[in-house]
Amino acid sequence: MNKFKKWYSEGTPWLWISASSIALCLVIVIGIVGYISIQAIPHFWPAPIETIQITSKNGVTAEYYGELYAEETVRKKVEENNGNGKSKYKTVIVDSSNYKISNNDFIWIDNSIIDKRQIEKDSVVFERREKGNLYAKLLKIKENDVVLEDSRQTWEELQARIERVAELHEQISEIQKDKIGAINYQQEKIRLHIRYLELKNKITDADSKQAQADNQKLQDEYNILSQELNNLRKELQRDSVTVVTKGIGGETEQVVPVENIVRAYRPNNLSVLGKTGVYFDRLGEYLFDEPREANTEGGVFPAIFGTVMMVLLMTVFVTPFGILAAIYLREYAKQGYLTRLIRIAVVNLAGVPSIVYGVFGLGFFVYVLGEHIDELFFPEALPTPTFGTPGILWSAITLALLTLPVVIVTTEEGLSRIPRALREGSLALGATKSETLWKVILPISTPSMITGLILAIARAAGEVAPLMLVGVVKMAPTLPLDGNFPYLHMERKFMHLGFHIYDVGFQSPNVEAARPLVFATAFLLIVVIILLNIVAIILRNRLREKYKSITG
Amino acid sequence: MAEAAEKIQIRTEVSEPASKINLEDEKVVLTAEKVNLYYGEKRALKDIDIKIPEKRVTAFIGPSGCGKSTLLRCFNRMNDLIDDVRIEGDIKLNGQDIYDRKIDVALLRRRVGMVFQKPNPFPKSIYENVAYGLRIQGEKSRRVLDEAVEKSLKDAALWKEVKDRLNDSALGLSGGQQQRLVIARAIAVEPEILLLDEPASALDPISTLKIEELINELKEKYTIVIVTHNMQQAARVSDYTAFMYMGDIVEFADTNTIFTAPAQKQTEDYITGRYG
Repeated sequence: MNKFKKWYSEGTPWLWISASSIALCLVIVIGIVGYISIQAIPHFWPAPIETIQITSKNGVTAEYYGELYAEETVRKKVEENNGNGKSKYKTVIVDSSNYKISNNDFIWIDNSIIDKRQIEKDSVVFERREKGNLYAKLLKIKENDVVLEDSRQTWEELQARIERVAELHEQISEIQKDKIGAINYQQEKIRLHIRYLELKNKITDADSKQAQADNQKLQDEYNILSQELNNLRKELQRDSVTVVTKGIGGETEQVVPVENIVRAYRPNNLSVLGKTGVYFDRLGEYLFDEPREANTEGGVFPAIFGTVMMVLLMTVFVTPFGILAAIYLREYAKQGYLTRLIRIAVVNLAGVPSIVYGVFGLGFFVYVLGEHIDELFFPEALPTPTFGTPGILWSAITLALLTLPVVIVTTEEGLSRIPRALREGSLALGATKSETLWKVILPISTPSMITGLILAIARAAGEVAPLMLVGVVKMAPTLPLDGNFPYLHMERKFMHLGFHIYDVGFQSPNVEAARPLVFATAFLLIVVIILLNIVAIILRNRLREKYKSITG
Repeated sequence: MAEAAEKIQIRTEVSEPASKINLEDEKVVLTAEKVNLYYGEKRALKDIDIKIPEKRVTAFIGPSGCGKSTLLRCFNRMNDLIDDVRIEGDIKLNGQDIYDRKIDVALLRRRVGMVFQKPNPFPKSIYENVAYGLRIQGEKSRRVLDEAVEKSLKDAALWKEVKDRLNDSALGLSGGQQQRLVIARAIAVEPEILLLDEPASALDPISTLKIEELINELKEKYTIVIVTHNMQQAARVSDYTAFMYMGDIVEFADTNTIFTAPAQKQTEDYITGRYG
């Protein structure tokens, strides 16, 4: 008993309870990140292609090519099993993706009807621009409908042709997006300019003639480019491959135009090094390319770009605003009932659900502010709204509002921690209050301001709900930053990783296929937030080092 | 009494003979008349009258809470920063009321510099610390600043120790060096009066000695008012001493008189260590 009392009075149980709390926290963090990365990271690794032979219960045999996607145990009611007995079956899910043959991405195969599973060296995965993967064997390559003779080099020949197609696609996209995009942008500007002059009743013949001439010039440029495009497109159609696929009806030959192939590889034939190559190739595509096929294929670059840019814009808005508010509250306002009330209000603002901010952003920024801005500055574009519609500017401002309390509270805390002696030292030298503030107080309190910013970034980068109301879209045709003056297009809608997860996971036509992508995107979002935070933390630590012995 | 005599001996070694000075003959630079100060309802200073002589060291001594620091902070209006403080009476700097509405407080504080109990260098370089006051005044010429920094650091007896690392952070200096840096920072703006609020109380004995030597040198150029807890220090460095008790000035005379033949019983009790 005495021993227990001693054990208790020494605080050992509390030590254990607090230590296990921190251990639990660690487990949760590692668990979350670990689970997501385990789900996400292998997604790009090329899986082997199996050839599966089955005999169904009514005696029909069939063969499939496919990647083993998962094995799951399903309980199935078996009627012929005299009565209502339930038995367990192991089922193999195979990603066969041979749309044309089975019209399904996945087929579920009962383990009991599988005759044979084998791995054949020359099975090929064709990643297609449309309709997902195709598992097949390569038969022959045709150039302008003529079959290539040399069959020994067929594989290398195919790779070279895929590469050529990739280059052509790149050229086409450059012409379409950059050059023709710029022409469209300029033509729209001319139209708006003329419309503006008309509205102001200041239009002259010279103006319209000038506009017409300009338009004509652009149109000529466009015609040249469009000719170029046509040529390139014709080039694209030159090659095709004939492949053999398997399905219920036995082997079928199928012609696939090479322009539709993103990548072809033989996973069963690849060494670890080769697989690594494919892995990074696919990872690179994911990180730096645009999405295809309703976001379920291709990359997420626009979403990464949109997320980072929105967060940076948000910090541009929230930092000065929050810091100035905190300075007034702490340094100038008379401390009393009113300032207490304001502080309580600010802290409570942090607890308002984010969707409420979204509703406010839509109602006030978009519908009120945006529409007035349009009436005042962009009347020529009406009835098409410019700022009177959700966009990256309104998203950034809405999130700035959302994170404002965090910045105010941390900045205020930083200011209040600065020793009185420093203020007095500066004032005693004949500095005014504002000189003291700018030259002594603010530089020292920058670390706490950056702490506020880190918290703000962490909160803002993870918000999705309000953004769905004020600017995020499933698919934005253009980035908010491009080569057309004024380069930064704050009125544009944008893509966001958080929304991308929601969209791919819940809105995609093929949820099962999108699942690894959901994890990959979630993992990426975590990485992006961590990177943003690390930058801010490094910055803060540098400053903190500088003022170490002051703020202690 | 024997203890007091011992202190005088120390003092006479350092300072000039006490007999030479006389309060009546001094040129007065700062006067306080009927100064009352209230912290809310509490009366912290009671009808203070004092004349601070020019280019002398005047010390305020007394037990904790007697109002000596409060009085010192009245001279450069540092008490303005504290909420709920009310001041009555006149404080005049060269005949000008420093609590006049028209007075520019920043300008006043330039003329009446102050050094605090704990060294409070800014988290800037040594150079920038000393140049701070001049930069505030709008001085931009590098040459003028360089000269002022060197001169102030020399006057504060710190130049030799820091001349090779002027661009290092001031926070890397020792406590005693920091306090001398703060003094250099204060004299860089060439004030008329230097207020020292227990400048050596947070320092080790050797640094304290250096600060005291420095005070002795500085009084050639500046009027110095020093608040100290340490009676030996007051005896060593000051020409005149005011003994304060409970917000009153009990006695103000030349230091020799205060320590050898105080007129008031209270003063004698304090300096002989009977209370305080």
